[in-house]
Amino acid sequence: MSVTGSHPSVSTGDRPVPPVGWLSSGALGLVIVGGIILASYAPRAAPLGLATGILVAAVVLLVVGAGMLVRIKEFAWATFVVVFKWALLAYVIVAGMIEFAFVHDHTRGPSLVVVSLMLLVFALSVPLTIAFTTARFVDPS
Amino acid sequence: MTIPRNEIKGRAVSEDTMLGAPSGSTRAHQREKIQVVPLAGLPVVAFAVVFVALSIGFNWRWGLMFNHVVGGGLWTGIDLFVGMVIGPILGKLSIPARAEFAARFMPKMVIIMPTVVMMTLATGFQVARQAGNLAASSPNHVWLIVSFCVVGVMAAVALSVLEPANIAVLYEMNKPVPNGERIGRLMKRFIYTAGLTGVMQIATLIIMTRLGSR
Repeated sequence: MSVTGSHPSVSTGDRPVPPVGWLSSGALGLVIVGGIILASYAPRAAPLGLATGILVAAVVLLVVGAGMLVRIKEFAWATFVVVFKWALLAYVIVAGMIEFAFVHDHTRGPSLVVVSLMLLVFALSVPLTIAFTTARFVDPS
Repeated sequence: MTIPRNEIKGRAVSEDTMLGAPSGSTRAHQREKIQVVPLAGLPVVAFAVVFVALSIGFNWRWGLMFNHVVGGGLWTGIDLFVGMVIGPILGKLSIPARAEFAARFMPKMVIIMPTVVMMTLATGFQVARQAGNLAASSPNHVWLIVSFCVVGVMAAVALSVLEPANIAVLYEMNKPVPNGERIGRLMKRFIYTAGLTGVMQIATLIIMTRLGSR
């Protein structure tokens, strides 16, 4: 296997990029916290105020991250799309399994809506982080 | 020819010496392309997904316990082994040796880890529900919440740092001329986060054995 070494003159070629990975990871961290809060109340109904606030914050982080991403001028979009769609497939299956478990456990009404939206953020944020981290190191040309 | 520096010993060595391979641009084209997701493993993953879904759907007690114990055992064992044994060994290898190992090791992790995590978490919640541990009055409830928190931290670290670094390394290795410095940096991320999740798995072992013995 051939790899270039860490010679001082060799540049890593890493371009400065906006903190998309940090924002999507932040969104993921928030929905994990929200999920723990909801799960810790199960099978009772969890107070939704705090969980909803966390969900809104997560959505804001994710949207801001996505907004920053689309404004990047030179980016390896082809690589991003390939990695994103496969990671999305994997994490939609994982999120679907968790959703199925909540529905099976008779989670209904507003609680189910909050859980579903949190799972949506989860299913989008992980592929976004993976695809962004991969594509940022790929030559856009 | 570039003269890479051995990251561990800090001295310049020839790439030929480090790689034991002929130099020249043709070598880049002779490298075997890394399959990021090993397709041969997908049927096993599909089987695991169906097995977990059926176990939950039919409240199949043995299926739930099997998936939770087997998935959790593998998750904990692999995390501990990678974090405590493989990680420190990898940290002492040269960048080309790390790359060689990672090219064979990481694609397998791409498929194994999400599968065992899904098996463990999806069925663990059902096992806890059936055992009555989810009830606030249960003496195990506090331990269960602590385990949620431990798993939450591990998931956040694995999904936002470890897995993206893993995929990025594989993509970097598939380039005609991979950047060794970048691979080394991403591998360090992988090694440190694997070590962190390995340590956290010790907490999981303590919590789960305590839950099981009450």
